[in-house]
Amino acid sequence: MKIKSQKDFWSGLMFMVVGVSFAWGATFYTIGGAARMGPGYFPLILGILLAALGAFILFEALVVETEDGEPVGAWAWKPLGFVIAANLLFGVLLGGLPGLGLPAMGMIAAIYGLTFVASLAGERFSVKENLVLATVLAIGSYIAFILLLKLQFPVWPTFITG
Amino acid sequence: MDLLSNLALGFGVAVTPMNLLYCFIGCILGTLIGVLPGIGPVATIAMLLPATYALPPVSALIMLAGIYYGAQYGGSTTAILVNLPGESSSVVTCIDGYQMARQGRAGPALAAAGLGSFFAGCVGTLILAAFAPPLTELAFKFGPAEYFSLMILGLIGAVVLASGSLIKAIAMIVLGLLLGLVGTDVNSGVARYSFDVPELTDGIGFVVVAMGVFGYGEIISNLSVPEDNREVFTAKVQGLWPTKADFKAMAPAVLRGTALGSMLGILPGGGALLASFASYAFEKKIPMKPGEIPFGKGNIRGVASPESANNAGAQTSFIPLLTLGIPPNAVMALMVGAMTIHNIQPGPQVMTSNPQLFWGLIASMWLGNLMLVILNLPLIGMWIKLLTVPYRWLFPAIVLFCAIGVYSTNNNTFDVWMVGAFGFIGYVFIKLGCEPAPLLLGFILGPMMEENLRRALLLSRGDWSVLVTRPLSAGLLGAALLLVVIVALPSIKAKREEAFVED
Repeated sequence: MKIKSQKDFWSGLMFMVVGVSFAWGATFYTIGGAARMGPGYFPLILGILLAALGAFILFEALVVETEDGEPVGAWAWKPLGFVIAANLLFGVLLGGLPGLGLPAMGMIAAIYGLTFVASLAGERFSVKENLVLATVLAIGSYIAFILLLKLQFPVWPTFITG
Repeated sequence: MDLLSNLALGFGVAVTPMNLLYCFIGCILGTLIGVLPGIGPVATIAMLLPATYALPPVSALIMLAGIYYGAQYGGSTTAILVNLPGESSSVVTCIDGYQMARQGRAGPALAAAGLGSFFAGCVGTLILAAFAPPLTELAFKFGPAEYFSLMILGLIGAVVLASGSLIKAIAMIVLGLLLGLVGTDVNSGVARYSFDVPELTDGIGFVVVAMGVFGYGEIISNLSVPEDNREVFTAKVQGLWPTKADFKAMAPAVLRGTALGSMLGILPGGGALLASFASYAFEKKIPMKPGEIPFGKGNIRGVASPESANNAGAQTSFIPLLTLGIPPNAVMALMVGAMTIHNIQPGPQVMTSNPQLFWGLIASMWLGNLMLVILNLPLIGMWIKLLTVPYRWLFPAIVLFCAIGVYSTNNNTFDVWMVGAFGFIGYVFIKLGCEPAPLLLGFILGPMMEENLRRALLLSRGDWSVLVTRPLSAGLLGAALLLVVIVALPSIKAKREEAFVED
């Protein structure tokens, strides 16, 4: 059988899998009856509903003709990877990873790290430009978030501040 | 006059130096993100939510509201000068606004958008002030069954009036509802779907979902399209004031846009985006005067009407939020989050228990609109300069603000990992053509819906018919069903798809 709409096929499949998982997960909690609903009651109904909707979307994707087959298109792995990586690096540098013995490096280091990695997601990359941008962002964030809004952030590496 | 004394109370709150300052900050930020393509009010408000912890609730809400309606002003500038919608609600403004700019009439186009928005903002604020009290009275008659039905109507309305595939949008709502249930169940104390992760027993942070799906998801998808050469009419804005003929053409268009926008804003699922599309379509149906420039070639009505409508819709979409506690669109869903952060339960009781907050917020909207006209017309040059900042400098900053915002919600790196995951999920949604806005609405309403359904069925001893035997509840469910049926009709379906082709 030919898939008529790639987008709908995969989204239908996604909804079905997620719906079934939630419904299955709900069976581990008390279901209860309508008058006295247990914690599993509402998620079970919703999970089944989501799976049913997913199945319908999947069915439509196999039956209803579309003009161009609605392809999902190429994945933008580069921006996806670098933006997510920048975000994760920010977390690691800011808070450290006690499990791996990585110390917290603080906000300033995290800003430089994030700016560099995030910029790699773009089409052009220049070290000089990035240094300027990261410095501007670091100073701006320090003034806005630490001085004005008084948010509780580790600013400098813990091995310096103790 | 109750209205006048209430407004006086509101202005008393809004005109304090601190609240004026936050209103101003909100308006500036709103205009800024409105002007910049690639970042919208949803992501911005999500970013700033944690930063408002320290503020008093009134100031926080005043600022966040300012971002939403400020973005409606800023979006038109980019639409007119660059032919890019700075904001999704300015998509139709591009059509005639950019043509006017090409003919050297960028000034009148900007003025039409700004003045129209101001007029619409004033009217929208008045409607909000006038309609909120009676609606609140009605809301007090609601029991759990009515609330449950109302949320169904709200959710259905939100997807029916939005663009894209109906059934996928409904599936996104259900997915949102399910995600909203993650965490400790308030009735039994059972931690649902938390996989023994202590951070998950509090539920998935709603800032995390909003930021990941809207912030990161959009950045990634923006970056995957190559940066094109855009033509910016920066030096050519002169002669801001429209001619007498312009005024004559735009005044009725502004009135029509305001009326339509105000109505569509109140509807569940309504708001700025829908209002601008509908009013442009409506304006095209009005017969042309002889010698008038056709639509699509730089007709001033095509700028004035949708720009008025989107601002009116932005104001009146606060009505369901403030009176019923039901968010009609994604931005309002964030406002619910903002209110809960400050320990205010959104709903009809806000007006009686926090009158300063309620009327102060309304009064601030009028002041904000006044500030925005000044910010956007005489100071237009400043915003135009901003348009020359390349995206490659902007997006690292956006990523950074998202990361800082997420971390500061709980001062916890766990949220940073979660937002990374949701960024990936958000990109998957975009790739699969699933709109993320209904997910966010469902996410906010999930726990509320479960709670009201539980209560309704507990009171009825497990009898589901309570939802249709109580007249108000039956009416609301009937309206929801009617909406689905209408949209499913083939003729309407074709029209609906046609209306959103420019999206």
